[in-house]
Amino acid sequence: MRTHRISAALALTAAIVLTASACGGGDSGGGGNSSPKTLTYWASNQGSSLENDKQVLEPELKKFEAQTGIKVKLEVIPWSDLLNRILAATASGQGPDVLNIGNTWSASLQATGALLPFDQAAFDKIGGKDRFLESTIASAGAKGKDPAAVPLYSMAYGLYYNKKLFQQAGIANPPATWEELVADGKKLTSGDKYGLAIEGGNVSENVHNVFALGMQHGTGFYDASGKPAFDSPEAVAAVKQYVDFLANDKIAAPGNAEYAANQSVTDFATGKAAMLMWQSAGANLKSHGMNPDDYAVVPVPAPAGATGAKATTSMVAGINMAVFKNTKNLDGALNFVKFMTSDEEQKTLNGTYGSLPPVKAAQSDAAFSTPELQTLAGVLAKSAAPLPQVASESQFETLIGTAVKNLLASAAAGKPVTEATVKDELSKAQQQMPAS
Amino acid sequence: MIDRPTAGQEAAPQGAAPARRRLREKFGRGALPYLLLLPALLAELLIHLVPMVTGIVMAFKQLTQFFIRDWSAAPWSGFDNFEVALEFNAPVGKALLHSFWVTCAFTVLSVGLSWLIGVTASIFTQDAFRGRGLLRAAFMLPYALPVFAAVITWSFMFQRDTGLINHVLHDQLHLTSDKPFWLIGDNSFWALLTVSVWKSWPFAFLTLTAGLQNIPRELYEAAALDGAGVWQQIRRITLPSLRPVNLVLVLVLFLWTFNDFNTPFVLFGKSAPQAADLISIHIYQSSFITWNFGQGSAMSVLLLLFLLLVTAVYLFATNRRRGEAE
Repeated sequence: MRTHRISAALALTAAIVLTASACGGGDSGGGGNSSPKTLTYWASNQGSSLENDKQVLEPELKKFEAQTGIKVKLEVIPWSDLLNRILAATASGQGPDVLNIGNTWSASLQATGALLPFDQAAFDKIGGKDRFLESTIASAGAKGKDPAAVPLYSMAYGLYYNKKLFQQAGIANPPATWEELVADGKKLTSGDKYGLAIEGGNVSENVHNVFALGMQHGTGFYDASGKPAFDSPEAVAAVKQYVDFLANDKIAAPGNAEYAANQSVTDFATGKAAMLMWQSAGANLKSHGMNPDDYAVVPVPAPAGATGAKATTSMVAGINMAVFKNTKNLDGALNFVKFMTSDEEQKTLNGTYGSLPPVKAAQSDAAFSTPELQTLAGVLAKSAAPLPQVASESQFETLIGTAVKNLLASAAAGKPVTEATVKDELSKAQQQMPAS
Repeated sequence: MIDRPTAGQEAAPQGAAPARRRLREKFGRGALPYLLLLPALLAELLIHLVPMVTGIVMAFKQLTQFFIRDWSAAPWSGFDNFEVALEFNAPVGKALLHSFWVTCAFTVLSVGLSWLIGVTASIFTQDAFRGRGLLRAAFMLPYALPVFAAVITWSFMFQRDTGLINHVLHDQLHLTSDKPFWLIGDNSFWALLTVSVWKSWPFAFLTLTAGLQNIPRELYEAAALDGAGVWQQIRRITLPSLRPVNLVLVLVLFLWTFNDFNTPFVLFGKSAPQAADLISIHIYQSSFITWNFGQGSAMSVLLLLFLLLVTAVYLFATNRRRGEAE
């Protein structure tokens, strides 16, 4: 009896280890062309639902099949699963042929060695490197290496502001500097209405915003040799500035600290907040019933007179398309990438999703000349910088995003946020980086 | 297990008998049971032992994203991962220790409350009354709901500005001066505990109700004749009779709660607030979010050792006490 129970307990505990450390070896076989008639494609969730994505993509895949005779098996994967699915595919060697990745993960996934490098020859097969905007190529892998992916959809942050609320508060122009933003924000804050909405519980939103602020303060959170420098004075200043919107300036509602399901977009759309820093929010705002005439978009503020990297107002946001190195249909995979990044498909897909084409020729299409997309395209071309393209990027994103989340949570609970508390959180994040 | 072939013998067709005899001759009488156990052993090996050993091996490797394509090529790191995990002055160890204590407190409270509510409810629904079946079915509802749907509903209710909990506490009952946060900050512990107890007590209720059915009614009748009150009956008859059920129940609840991943993950997402940073989430974050699989494996092994130790001590202690009682 006793041994039975112990072995039952053993089995239970073994299952725990299993779940906690599930990971296997795998062969790292090279690619080839042994299966030229089919492709598997993992698409990220761009539309309003996974079903919506299927409806958008299926007709395009049919077109590709008609042109090439290659049948594409599509799977749309939610963002919450995508990175883990990619990791599992990398570890087991059983993955799709072509896949979408968040562009900020490019260097991290590049480091696994599982993705096909886009060298000169590969680029030639899809129509050349020059077709893409430079900043979007920069977010496709580490500097000095062949990109691990090519850009597919692009986005950038802009400052969305409610024209009506600005008028009511007697503010003539949208803010161009942070001082103006805070001053305007204070005028717009009264009762349960706030000047700015932030998505404080969302780790990615946090890190995107403090990254742009970091660039303005003169840090990319990594030093020149590529080592994490999370708790430098510049980084502390950037993070503190962001947290202060809620902590000291009080232009963001304390409740924002727990927002993680796009509630800040809802708050902006329903007039509970007058400003929002977001990437390509247009389609989202429309679905909440906000009249496009009621808002406008300008670049996120920068310090007055800033130039170069210090004038960064957004990270380069977007989705890249990658090919698994061990694909059994290398030519077909590259053919498919060529198809998806063709001018025609770029117009169709980005037009549907409300994103910007990273392909120059497609971006000049009239469909992308709405004031909102014009502004965001300008940001992408002039004042956007990619998140650090280093192998440890995904750790950076989580650790810094979480540090900001913790700081916002304690500010919301009424605890003071000082330079010391900010530095403390950032040092902790720094020390949690695995040595590599 | 060993009985089964005998049971099958009667039904087996005639032709099967010589084959079995041949088997018996070949392996001898004693080997047959082991031979029949072999498939089960193999399955056990594949399903449990191999991954467990893999996990333990990974704990001694410097396994980051650079090596996940071929983790056997990752450099050995000796006890480095364990040292980092156990260095309680440095951030990683400090965070692990913190999450360990949070998990201990959470588990003790959750198991204790679940058991208390379960035993109370099962005693109160013991005697037949009109609508008992319906009530019991209602009690089982949290157990029957998909965890994800249930917990996501809780997370809506715990929202500070729009959630039901604050609406009742603050707007209607005026119990709090300001709307508290439940999903971030220190209160998150209590939010997590509430959901966990809500989720676990029906299991305790189910198990204990089944256990109660086995207590002969005569015992209560005799006790009542001797003048024992309800409380005395519970203490002298119900609880001691439930003892074997309780031993298993508490152990299972402990292991489930200590390792609960779903509840905090759905409630808080990938990074839980510090006050509610359960060890399962913490290890998940160390392995899958920061891509430090070696470190995560080392933490898992430490957790495994701890749980084995607790289980062994628990079984030893309870078995001995039962021996004394008998």
